[in-house]
Amino acid sequence: MIAKKAGRLLGIALALAPLAGAQNSNMTVPATIEAGSAFSIPTTGSGQGVLYIVGPAQALRRDVQLGVAVQFAAGDLYNAGHYVALLVEGSSTDTAQFDVTPKSQPDTLSFFAEPSRVPVGLHNGISGTVYAFDTYHNLITSPLSVSFQLAGISGTPLARTVTTRDGVAWTAIDSASKQGSAKFIVQANGITTTRVIAEVPGDPCGLTISAHPDGQNLTVETAPIHDCSGNPIPDGTVVTFTESYNGMQSTVDVPVKQDVARVDMPAHPGATISVASGVVAGNEIRWGGGR
Amino acid sequence: MKKAILAMGCALAVAIPALADQPTVQVQPPDLHGSRPLEKLTESAVIRDYLESWEKLSAALDQNHVDLLNSDFLGTAREKLAATIATQAKIGIHTHYQDLSHNLQIVFYSPEGQSIQMVDAVEYDVQVFDHDKLMATQHVKARYVVVLTPAEVRWKIRVFQAEPQA
Repeated sequence: MIAKKAGRLLGIALALAPLAGAQNSNMTVPATIEAGSAFSIPTTGSGQGVLYIVGPAQALRRDVQLGVAVQFAAGDLYNAGHYVALLVEGSSTDTAQFDVTPKSQPDTLSFFAEPSRVPVGLHNGISGTVYAFDTYHNLITSPLSVSFQLAGISGTPLARTVTTRDGVAWTAIDSASKQGSAKFIVQANGITTTRVIAEVPGDPCGLTISAHPDGQNLTVETAPIHDCSGNPIPDGTVVTFTESYNGMQSTVDVPVKQDVARVDMPAHPGATISVASGVVAGNEIRWGGGR
Repeated sequence: MKKAILAMGCALAVAIPALADQPTVQVQPPDLHGSRPLEKLTESAVIRDYLESWEKLSAALDQNHVDLLNSDFLGTAREKLAATIATQAKIGIHTHYQDLSHNLQIVFYSPEGQSIQMVDAVEYDVQVFDHDKLMATQHVKARYVVVLTPAEVRWKIRVFQAEPQA
């Protein structure tokens, strides 16, 4: 029984012996390396070997002199990720794993701002998302303070400071009350990126029409059209006039010109005339023949 | 084709047992911190596309064939993987990645819907071949940070980056 057990252990020992004997070179790999920084991997042993550094993000192969530290210059290994290192000498292989981490200083801010045109006075109407990358286009996953600022043509700029989480920060900001181009600026560690947001008038507010006779027709026109913040509605905005009489209905679309939309319609006594623009309905008037 | 993703978004993580040479997949509930709400169908599509991308990644790095990346990777992620493949071909090596398990969590969905970020505590085996001679097999545990963006018919990976595990 004992002999049988000893024989089994001896068998295991013999099986392991060639591997252990072949392990005559070793390396010492840092646990983490900052992307693009110089580093070295000390080795032991003698003779020639081959060092492989392999990961999905990058691959390197070096012929090395064992017993001497393998030097990597700045910029040799620059893509953040998890790497496997293999030191091969004949049938002997020493292995290690390590991480390359992003640099902490951002170089590029990938900034998505939406929408490019937004109505004024819209709560959380503008959103911004930013991803921070280092010189080597590695996503900087350590927390980073990012400031967002929306600067319009008037008023105090709106500003927010957000800390990135896994490399991303975002915010939502109200659009201004006045129309115009606004600069949406994101900044981190001295790196700035800007997007331009067109803040345009909102829907018409208090849309009203009046009518007066012009021969056989009525001239129907709106009062100057503004949004609820007092911004004039841009030229070209379509206003729809509808005239109803004796069960008939006629509709005319007219673009706004210099704040007003105007149209000539047949003067049918008893006709009802209404106005709308987009989803906004205005007043309704009834033409009584002389009124 | 990876196994179907089931019952995501529930209160508890869902584990799906491994079939032969297919990874086990766990999906944690999203942790979006107030960004855009995530529909379950979107979550399923993102995870399905991400898991499929591991197959393409493995084949591309195994065969040193850059074009295999095109359907699943774009931008920085594709450029870096393509550069790795070019280097592997130049120095005469290829690598075989076999993902064994994924523990996934979506952590951000941008307000405008243009990007989704996910973290994956993944385990895989990597085999390194020098001119088809197997040099070593290593078991790896890593945390991947992944950013995906919607493309024509699927979510594609724009950032694919491992970082030290906490």
